[in-house]
Amino acid sequence: MATRTIAGKTVQVNEEGFMTDPSEWTKEIAVELAKEEGLPALTDAHWKVIEFCRKEGTATGKAPTLRQITTGAAVSTKDMFALFPKGPAKKVARISGLGKPEGCV
Amino acid sequence: MKKLLVLGAGTAGTMVVNRLCHQLNGAEWQATIVDQSETHYYQPGFLFIPFGMYSKEDVIKPRRDFIPPNVELIMSRIEAIDPEHKQVKLANGHLLNYDILVIATGTDIRPEQTPGLKEHEWRQSIHEFYSLDGAVALAKHLRSWKGGRLVFNVVDNPIKCPVAPLEFLMLADWYFTEQGIRDRVDITYATPLPGAFTKPIAAKYLGDILDRKGIKVEPEFLLEHVDPDAKKLVSYDERVVEYDLLVTVPLNMGADAIAASGLGDELNYVPVDKGTFLSTKYADIFALGDAANLPTSKAGAVAHYAVESFAENLCRYVDGLEMTSSFDGHANCFIESGFGKGLLIDFNYDVEPLPGHFPLPGVGPFSLLQETEINHWGKVMFRWMYWNILLKGLELPMPARMSMAGKWHK
Repeated sequence: MATRTIAGKTVQVNEEGFMTDPSEWTKEIAVELAKEEGLPALTDAHWKVIEFCRKEGTATGKAPTLRQITTGAAVSTKDMFALFPKGPAKKVARISGLGKPEGCV
Repeated sequence: MKKLLVLGAGTAGTMVVNRLCHQLNGAEWQATIVDQSETHYYQPGFLFIPFGMYSKEDVIKPRRDFIPPNVELIMSRIEAIDPEHKQVKLANGHLLNYDILVIATGTDIRPEQTPGLKEHEWRQSIHEFYSLDGAVALAKHLRSWKGGRLVFNVVDNPIKCPVAPLEFLMLADWYFTEQGIRDRVDITYATPLPGAFTKPIAAKYLGDILDRKGIKVEPEFLLEHVDPDAKKLVSYDERVVEYDLLVTVPLNMGADAIAASGLGDELNYVPVDKGTFLSTKYADIFALGDAANLPTSKAGAVAHYAVESFAENLCRYVDGLEMTSSFDGHANCFIESGFGKGLLIDFNYDVEPLPGHFPLPGVGPFSLLQETEINHWGKVMFRWMYWNILLKGLELPMPARMSMAGKWHK
């Protein structure tokens, strides 16, 4: 398993750049990962979604799907695409230090 | 006498009562099964109807023919479940009590959830084949279709039978070739997935096959609305895909009664333990088949293997013993690929579909993830197996748990 240093902290990541241990995540790391995902600044609306995903992710051990986010965090799918363009569920999962949201067979 | 109540007499529910009527003590238990309609559909057969390979008569039989004589069958819609009072309210006004409840109410398409889908162009230029009526209407449409842009779209996952879209695309390629109009048909697959399929190795194999057949893939396309007049699909990230004929797999959701009872997740699926199917909230409720939120395919093959494991567990559970059989998510399915060939995949919760041979390692006769004629015949035989072996809860000559023997991982 590879490691890398983000916002001054060394964390474990997989080959796609997703963190593999959610407990290593910090808000500073989220800010850095968001920049890599093309989001220069995180607004309150972004944080609301990230906090929901952190809560879900730590409770279930899995990154929430887009539908779970829109239902659970009361944000529309359209807004999710505006906040985290192109693949919002995947993008927010990476920023939240969770694994890639997995589809089933 | 204790009461076992099964909601839904589809693939999972029917298999459950057939299995349990042999295994549960008949002097202690009375089983009842409820369904809203008289007809049992062989749903895997819907795929073949649009291409004239099956007719309506090939996929329907009376539900009663598959319910054992000592099981009570009630025809009614289910209104709601009251877990606190261990009761189920039916639309015909009756209240049914239970000691153990098995929810097997399945999943169904919800075209009304996507703007523009189920409006004036529904069953004109917009079709589906996940209902018998839809499959028959599409067959009629295809018989006189002159060609153009055929777009196949999956609105969102999970869907019932995740390989059906690929089969439809490959059969469409074959069908239009046979009709002599393949050169006038442009086939595109707009999917919310990053590629042809969910899991990486199968996605690579299947993606290559689509490529060879000249089928384009529009990946990560999450449909926001359909413009039925301009005949275009618009995604949430504002990509546009134009069509002449749209074949859709609308959003799939579990039964409304599940939502009305507060038992479902955001898509009305019942959260259960993935090894035992016991509800995460109630110690006397199980959910099986498509109705459960299991992290695997919504498919009859999954239900079949699940029921085997469930029946064993339930007999222990009602005697106060620990449930020892843990379902591993095992399933397999034939994938029809056109021109008399097919593929086969075999997988579970942890192991994605891999190439190899099945069921005998190194021998077959079926090849995993390869197009062969033998696999096609497996699919053809499957309809007979479904009616005569699977629904009746009889054993297949294969173990319920998946085997790694005969698979390879490059």
